[in-house]
Amino acid sequence: MRKPGIDQQRLIATFILGGVLFNYPILSLFNTSSSLLGIPVLYVYVFLAWGFVIGLVAWIAERPR
Amino acid sequence: MAKRVLIADDEPNIVLSLEFLLVQAGYEVATAATGEATLDTARRIHPDLILLDVMLPRKNGFEVCQTVRADPQLSATKIVMLTAKGRSTEIAKGLALGADAYVTKPFGTRELVDTVRTLIGP
Amino acid sequence: MLQGWVIVLTSFAYLCLLFAIAFYGDRRADRGRSIIANPYIYSLSLAVYATAWTFYGSVGRAAADGIGFLPIYLGPTLMAVLWWMCLRKIIRISKVNRITSLADFVASRYGKSALLAGLVTVIAVLGILPYISLQLKAISNSFTILVQYPAIEMPDKQRSVAVLQDTAFYVAMILAGFTIAFGTRELDAAERHEGMVAAVAFESLVKLLAFVAVGAFVTFGMFDGLADLFTRARADPRIEPLMTPFDDFSNYASWTWLTVLSMLAIMFLPRQFQLAVIENVDEKHLRTAVWLFPLYMLAINVFVIPIAFGGLLSFPKGGVDADTFVLTLPMAEQHTALALLAFVGGLSAATGMVIVETIALSTMVCNDLVMPALLRSRRLRLNERQDLSSLLLDIRRWAIVVIIMLGYLYFRLAGEAYALVSIGLISFAAVAQFGPAILGGIYWKGGTRAGALAGLSAGFVIWAYTLLLPAFARSQWLPQSLLTEGPFGIALLKPLELFGLAGLDQITHAMIWSMLFNIGLYIGVSLTSRQSVVEHGQATLFVDVFTKTREPSSFWRGTASTRELRILVGRFLGPERAQEQFAALARERSLRSLEDLPGDAECVHFAERLLAGAVGASSARVLIASVVEEEPLGIEEVMNILDETSHVIAYSHQLEEKSRELEAATTGLRAANERLTELDRMKDDFISTVSHELRTPLTSIRALSEILHDNPDLDRAQRVRFLGIVIKESERLTRLINQVLDLAKIESGKAQWHNSELDLRDIIDDALAATRGLFEEKNVALATQLAADVPRLVGDRDRLMQVMLNLISNAVKFCAPDSGRVRVSMHRQGDCVQVDVGDNGIGISAENQRIVFEKFRQVGDTLTDRPQGTGLGLPICRQIINHFGGRLWVESRLGEGSTFSFTLPLDPRASDDKLAA
Repeated sequence: MRKPGIDQQRLIATFILGGVLFNYPILSLFNTSSSLLGIPVLYVYVFLAWGFVIGLVAWIAERPR
Repeated sequence: MAKRVLIADDEPNIVLSLEFLLVQAGYEVATAATGEATLDTARRIHPDLILLDVMLPRKNGFEVCQTVRADPQLSATKIVMLTAKGRSTEIAKGLALGADAYVTKPFGTRELVDTVRTLIGP
Repeated sequence: MLQGWVIVLTSFAYLCLLFAIAFYGDRRADRGRSIIANPYIYSLSLAVYATAWTFYGSVGRAAADGIGFLPIYLGPTLMAVLWWMCLRKIIRISKVNRITSLADFVASRYGKSALLAGLVTVIAVLGILPYISLQLKAISNSFTILVQYPAIEMPDKQRSVAVLQDTAFYVAMILAGFTIAFGTRELDAAERHEGMVAAVAFESLVKLLAFVAVGAFVTFGMFDGLADLFTRARADPRIEPLMTPFDDFSNYASWTWLTVLSMLAIMFLPRQFQLAVIENVDEKHLRTAVWLFPLYMLAINVFVIPIAFGGLLSFPKGGVDADTFVLTLPMAEQHTALALLAFVGGLSAATGMVIVETIALSTMVCNDLVMPALLRSRRLRLNERQDLSSLLLDIRRWAIVVIIMLGYLYFRLAGEAYALVSIGLISFAAVAQFGPAILGGIYWKGGTRAGALAGLSAGFVIWAYTLLLPAFARSQWLPQSLLTEGPFGIALLKPLELFGLAGLDQITHAMIWSMLFNIGLYIGVSLTSRQSVVEHGQATLFVDVFTKTREPSSFWRGTASTRELRILVGRFLGPERAQEQFAALARERSLRSLEDLPGDAECVHFAERLLAGAVGASSARVLIASVVEEEPLGIEEVMNILDETSHVIAYSHQLEEKSRELEAATTGLRAANERLTELDRMKDDFISTVSHELRTPLTSIRALSEILHDNPDLDRAQRVRFLGIVIKESERLTRLINQVLDLAKIESGKAQWHNSELDLRDIIDDALAATRGLFEEKNVALATQLAADVPRLVGDRDRLMQVMLNLISNAVKFCAPDSGRVRVSMHRQGDCVQVDVGDNGIGISAENQRIVFEKFRQVGDTLTDRPQGTGLGLPICRQIINHFGGRLWVESRLGEGSTFSFTLPLDPRASDDKLAA
C-alpha cells in the first residue's frame, strides 16, 4: 500500500459502504417483484453490489506501487 | 641550510632525548618548556616544524597549535603533536586544530625521526 | 447403475490424491522451497470456509427462503475489507509471540492464563461439534443417496440404525484416520502444516469446480439460461414469494445479525484462525486475499439460487430434501459423471473442513487443556521424562479421534432434527463469543483476564442455553416442555424466549442475549478489575504490536544452565531439533559453539518461545519456571519494570499513592544511576591520568635506551649520563606504580593495617632521623617541639611513618637552600593529638591549597625539580590519616611558607571507626 494512512481510510470507507449497501433500507428498495432481463432485481442488485465492493477492495489493495 | 625544529616539552629528559635524535638526524634544534616560551621562540626563529607536547604548562599544546595556525607568519610551520594520553578524542582534536601528525608517548625513536623527515625532508 | 464400490473407490482415490499433495507440500517445505508461499494458495486455503454447509446447505436454505443464505458470505466479504488492519495485526502479534492456536492467542493476551486457554478450548470444541456433525451428515447422506442411483430416495430419518451399520460412523473413522495422517506426522515448533494448506487449497478448487459445473448444468442444460429459469420459477406459486423474501422488519434484523455473526465466524472459527493466522507465510498475502477470497465466495454462490429453484421445479411433488439438490438434480437427469463429481465436490468441502478444524482443535486440546494438567500433576513425573514429543503427538492423535467421535455423537443425538445450515449456525454463534475478548484484546489495553473470563463464560452459558439445549430438546433427548413452558415452568427462562424476548428467530435471539452479556461483562469486569504486571505487559505488546518493534519483554530476569534449557526443549521438540535451534541462536550471536552460549535472560526467553511453539504459552511458562533461577534485579531492569508497572497501577485510585512513591523511588534510582555514571567518568579520567603519568617516564626510558642501542660508539660521558637518566626514570616509574597500587588498595579498603599501640614521638624521631640526609644536603635548619604529655595511641606504625616522611621531605623540598627552616611540633588538642610540619618555603596560594590533596596535582614551579614528585604523596597521606579518624590540612601564604597539620584521635575506639576509608 502506497500510503498506509490513506489506503486504510479508503478500506474503512469501503467497509461502511458495504455495510450500507447490504442492509435496510437500501435493500428494501430492491425487494420488489420486478425483474431485469428475467432475473429478479433483488438478486441482480445484491450480486452486482457484492462484485462492486470486491472490485473496489481489489483496486485499493492491488494498485501498482 | 639545515631545517629548524622546535621541541616543546616540559619533561627535561624527553627534551634531551629528542634533541639528541634530531641533531643526529641533521636538524637545527631549539627547545621550549612552556606554551608561552614555545610561541615566543617560534615567532623568533620560524621553525620548519614544532614537536609539540599536549600537556605543556602555561598554555597547553592545543592552544599553542591554534595560535600558531592563526599566525600568518608561521603558516609554513608543520606541527607534530606529542601526547601521553592516547585517547582517540585527543588525536581527533589535535588534527582538527591543524596539527600535521600525531605521535603518542612512548614513541619509537626511528618512527619519530621518520615522521619528521616525511613532513619537512632531511 | 453406480456401484457402491465405485463410489467408495472414487472417494478413496480422491483422499489419497489429497494426501499425496500434502506429502509433496511437506517435502518441499522441509527443503525450504515452500509451495504455499504465494498469495493465491493462501486465498484458496481460506476458502475452507465453504464447507458442506455451503455446498449442500445453501441450496437447501435458498429453497426455503430465497436469498436468506447470503449474509453468511456477505459478512466475510465485509470483514475481509478490514483484514488489512485487523487480521494483519493478529497475524503480526501471533508471529511475534509464536502463537499456536486461537486459545493460545486469547490466553497469551490475558497474561498467559492457563485457565483462559482451557475455557477457550472447551468453548471451541463444544461449539464446533455441531459443525463437524454437519459434515458427517452431509457425507453420509450424499453417499446413501448416490448409492441408490438411479433411484432417488431420501435416507429415512426415523429409521434408527446400529452404529456399526451407520455410514456416518465409517465416514467419521476414515476422516479421523486421514486427519491424523495429515496433521500429526511430526511436531512443528510453529504448528505449521504446509502440506495440509496445499491440500486444502486444492480442495477449494475441486469444490468450486464441482459446484459451478452442477450450476451451469442446471441453468443451461436443464433450463434455457437464467432468464428462462427465473421466468418459470416466477410462475410457480411455491417459489414466487422467494423473489421478495423481506416481508417484515424482523427479516432485516435476522439478515443483519447473520452478517455480523459470519463476520465474527470468518475470524474466529478455529480452522479459519489456523489457516489465516498460524499458517500465514507472509502478511503481504493479505493484499490479495482481501479481494480474492470474497471473489471465491461470490463465484461459489452465483448458482445457489438457480440450483435451488431448478430443484423445486424439477421435484414438484416434494419428497426430495432441498439440501440434496446439488446431488439429486444430476441424478434425476441421469448424468452419472456429474453426479459423481458433485459427490466428490461435497466430499471435498466436508473433508477440508473436518481435517483443518480438528487439527486446530487438537492442538488446542493438547496444548491448552491436556498438557497443562499433565504438567501440573506430580504423580506422572512428566518433568523427568526424556522425550515428550511422541507423547505430544499421541495426545493430539487421540484428541482428533475423540473430537470427530463427539461430532458423530452429536449427529446421532441432535443432528437429524435440523437442516444443515441451522446446525452450522449454532457453531457460528459459539465461536462468535471469542469476538469481544480478541478484538477488545488487540485494540483495548484495558481488557483484563477477569473481564475476558467473565465475558466468555457468560456468552458461552447463554449460547448453550439458547441454542444447544433446544437442539437436544427437539431431538427428544430433553423434554419438550423445557421449550414450551420453560424450566420448572418459569416462562421468563424459556430458552427460545429468554426474559420474554419473543418474535425473533432462534439465532438472532441467541446472539442478542449472548453478545449483550459477553460484551457487557467483558467491559464491566475489565473496568473494575486490575491487571497483573504480566497481563499489562502482554496487553501493551498486543495492542502496540505495530508501534513497538522490540522483542516481547520476557519477565524472566533469571538465568539457567543452557544445557538444562536444551534438554527441556529437546524433550518436546526432539533433541536434534533443540540442538539445531540453539546452535542457530549461538550463530546469531556470533559465538563459536553451542557451549559458549550463556544461559542469560535472552536465552531463557528464546527457550520459552520454542516451547510455546510446541505446547502453548501458558504451559511453556510453567516448564521454564522449573529450570530458571530468578536473580536479583539490576537497577536498569528495575527501572524498566517500574516504568511498566507504574502505568498499570496508575489507573487504580487506591494505589495512586503507591505510584507516587514508586516514582520517587524511580527518581532516586535514576539519580543513583547518574551518580554512578559520573563516578565511572571520574574513574575513566583517573585511568587516563595514570596512563599519562606512567607513559612520561617510560618515554624517556625508551627513547634513551634506543639511542644507546643504536649508537654503540657514543662517548663514555654521554653514555653514563643517559644511563643515569634511564635508571632515575625507572625508579620514578617504580615509585609511581607502587603509589598507585598503594592508593588503590587504601581506597578500595583492601589495604592491610597492622595496628598496635605506639608513641607518636618515636615515629617523628625516626622520620627525622631518616631524613637527616635531606636537611644536610640542602642545609636546612630543623626545630622540634614535641609535648611530653601526649599519651600513646593505636595505629599502624609504618603507615604513620610514611605520612611523616612525606610531610618532612615535602617541607625540605620547597625550602630555599641554606636559608630554609623546618619546624616539627606535636601537642595535645582536646582528645586528639595534633602534629604540625611547617616550612618557610615558597608557600601555596589559597586556590591551590585544596588542589594539593588531589591525585597527580603538583603545584609550585614543578619545572625545577619535576621528577621527584609523583603527585600521589599527599593524597595517600590524607587517606591514611582519614583511616585513623583524623584530619590532614594545610595552612599557607604564598612566599611565607606552609604548615601541614594532622590530628589523630586519642580514644582508641575512634580508630575502629570505619568511616575513615
